[in-house]
Amino acid sequence: MTKIFRTPTRRAFLTGATAAIAAPALLKSTRAYAATPTLKIGHVSPRSGPLAGFAEADDFVLKGIEAALSSGLQNNGKNWNVEIISKDSQSNPNRAAEVAADLILGEEVDIIVAASTPDTVNPVADQAEINEVPCITTDCPWQPYFFGRNGVPGEGFASTYHFFWGLEDVIGAFLDMWGGSGVAKNVGGLFPNDADGNAWGHPELGLPTPLAAAGYDLVDPGRYQPLSDDFSNYIAAFKEAGCEIVTGNMIPPDFATFWAQAAQQGFNPKIVTIGKALLFPSVIESLGDRGDGLSSEVWWSPNHPFASSLTGASAKELAMGYTADSGRPWTQPIGFKHALFEVVADVVKRAADLEDPKAITAAIAGTLLDTIVGPVDWSNGPINNVTKTPLVAGQWQKGDSGFELEIVANSAAPQIPVTADLKLLG
Amino acid sequence: MDWLNAVVQGTLLGGLYALFAAGLSLIFGVMRLVNIAHGDLIVLAAYLGLTVTTATGMHPLLALVLVVPVMAAIGYALQRGLLNQTLGDDLLPPLLVTFGLSVIIQNALLEGYTADPQKLSAGALETASFGLGGLTLGVLPALTFAIAVVVIWGLQRVFYHTPLGRAFRAVSDNQDIAQLMGLNRRHIFGLAMALALAVTAVAGILLGIRTSFDPSIGGGRLIFGFEAVIIGGLGNLWGTLAGGVILGVAQTVGAKIDPGWQILSGHIAFLIILAVRPNGLFPRISA
Repeated sequence: MTKIFRTPTRRAFLTGATAAIAAPALLKSTRAYAATPTLKIGHVSPRSGPLAGFAEADDFVLKGIEAALSSGLQNNGKNWNVEIISKDSQSNPNRAAEVAADLILGEEVDIIVAASTPDTVNPVADQAEINEVPCITTDCPWQPYFFGRNGVPGEGFASTYHFFWGLEDVIGAFLDMWGGSGVAKNVGGLFPNDADGNAWGHPELGLPTPLAAAGYDLVDPGRYQPLSDDFSNYIAAFKEAGCEIVTGNMIPPDFATFWAQAAQQGFNPKIVTIGKALLFPSVIESLGDRGDGLSSEVWWSPNHPFASSLTGASAKELAMGYTADSGRPWTQPIGFKHALFEVVADVVKRAADLEDPKAITAAIAGTLLDTIVGPVDWSNGPINNVTKTPLVAGQWQKGDSGFELEIVANSAAPQIPVTADLKLLG
Repeated sequence: MDWLNAVVQGTLLGGLYALFAAGLSLIFGVMRLVNIAHGDLIVLAAYLGLTVTTATGMHPLLALVLVVPVMAAIGYALQRGLLNQTLGDDLLPPLLVTFGLSVIIQNALLEGYTADPQKLSAGALETASFGLGGLTLGVLPALTFAIAVVVIWGLQRVFYHTPLGRAFRAVSDNQDIAQLMGLNRRHIFGLAMALALAVTAVAGILLGIRTSFDPSIGGGRLIFGFEAVIIGGLGNLWGTLAGGVILGVAQTVGAKIDPGWQILSGHIAFLIILAVRPNGLFPRISA
């Protein structure tokens, strides 16, 4: 081993120390030299993996947003360029946390946004909270967002804000839809042993209590493991109890297994309302004729009477734009992904000082904006840092041009028009 | 009656697990290769079936005529081109290579077919059922079980009554001596993988008719295949069928007690058998 340390000399020490002391002044003033400063927005989304369906319209939405922001945004009389850096979470919460940290520490983004399920939203928001970077998220019911991150009601979070709906809205929308149908009030529940299933099936916070209060008998045989190959015991229990309604929160393969077995074993419920599995048109199409008449919650549709605050496009124009661009049917996350950037643009315009994360956070908290998914206003949320957008119930009905998601119940959000009557199955 | 129903449904489910497992059992028996990519190959077969049915409008079961030879060809090419290079005294390199293969297949499928869940549409077959002594059985699960029995019988027949089977058994017993006797073990291994993937093709198509699939679903199915192989005894094909049935029945009976126990009770049955008979119930009589 050769000795590599040298005794520090007085001169070397002075040179080094002066440079070290002077450096921050130089770095701080670099930005001021640029004629138009740039604001960086980090975006985390599950582009690949099992959740990729939620992010399939990312490219289309980002292209539209970038076009709308191409001339920059005005803040306090100064023009700012906006740069969006998008990263893939690969549907993996650990990876989501990793890319969020990378965006915050490596790219030094000024605002970070994320969407699509607790697996993406929670780790990104947690990273933002630790690093005190303003963060806006959506597309995940607020209970898993708030309680999943150990939020304390009344205290909330310092830098992270969320807009979407909650389990109480889903339950309300389902009851609203079933109430008018006149079928027997016997409900079969299919809840998997995962974060969503346990939340939906939770005796107090989930479906059981409100269902009982509304006079429904819920048959809940227990929690099944996701990717089960057999539901014959559920079907036997539902048949025995005479269930005419089936509800739950499932992933598409489990629902397909259940639905085929139900037919094989002669179980024909009149209403089947399942969360998560029945969101995407591709899933319904894969079920063929058996997809006709299934129902689900509707967060956004082309018939929602809202328009973008950024481009002025209506919900219908945005949805049809995606279909024209990609040749694929519209999906519900498109509206929310667009709205996420609407909120960001609004915050950027209003922030008192874009160099100061605290000022940006204050601007987020003070948002009062009509977006393409409805009003976003954090002053009247159900809990700290959360605000809700309207939720209605819909049914997939086979029309001349394939399956259409028709809105069949809207008492929680009468501004969203009903487009069809609920049809009973079988 | 409920219990009988659970047992019968479990038995039929076991047929599907046996089909998942038969290919694994075969290649482990012949070349001691643990194929981690097996689940993804099943999904690949389902996607090939999807391509064939959408392109030609064929019934998925008829599509087997095309998918089986294609998968067999993929298997032969895979074995000769890649896996043969990794086989040796050490079990680890082929294990790692198939693990990598699993990741590659998943992502290639994601790139090619997107993450949309897909399903093979088999028309009335999907929902048809028949009554049997007071029980209602689905035609598709019953057909799956029957196909599993036929496939296992066929493999057994190939193994013990054909020159190819003799070659399989010879390389399985001692590769070097088989080589000295004029068998090209690389070619034999290629044929074994081709046969295994032909069975995988059948499993993939039946899985695709039974439920919807997406590129990420393969790994979850692999574990049942492994368990069926080990319960039945390594390298024993009829044992694999028995293993699948035991696993299926354990799952449905467990679910009868409490649905949360469905998967768990299958694993517990596996654990008990592993503890009592570490070589499985019917291990192949080894030389």
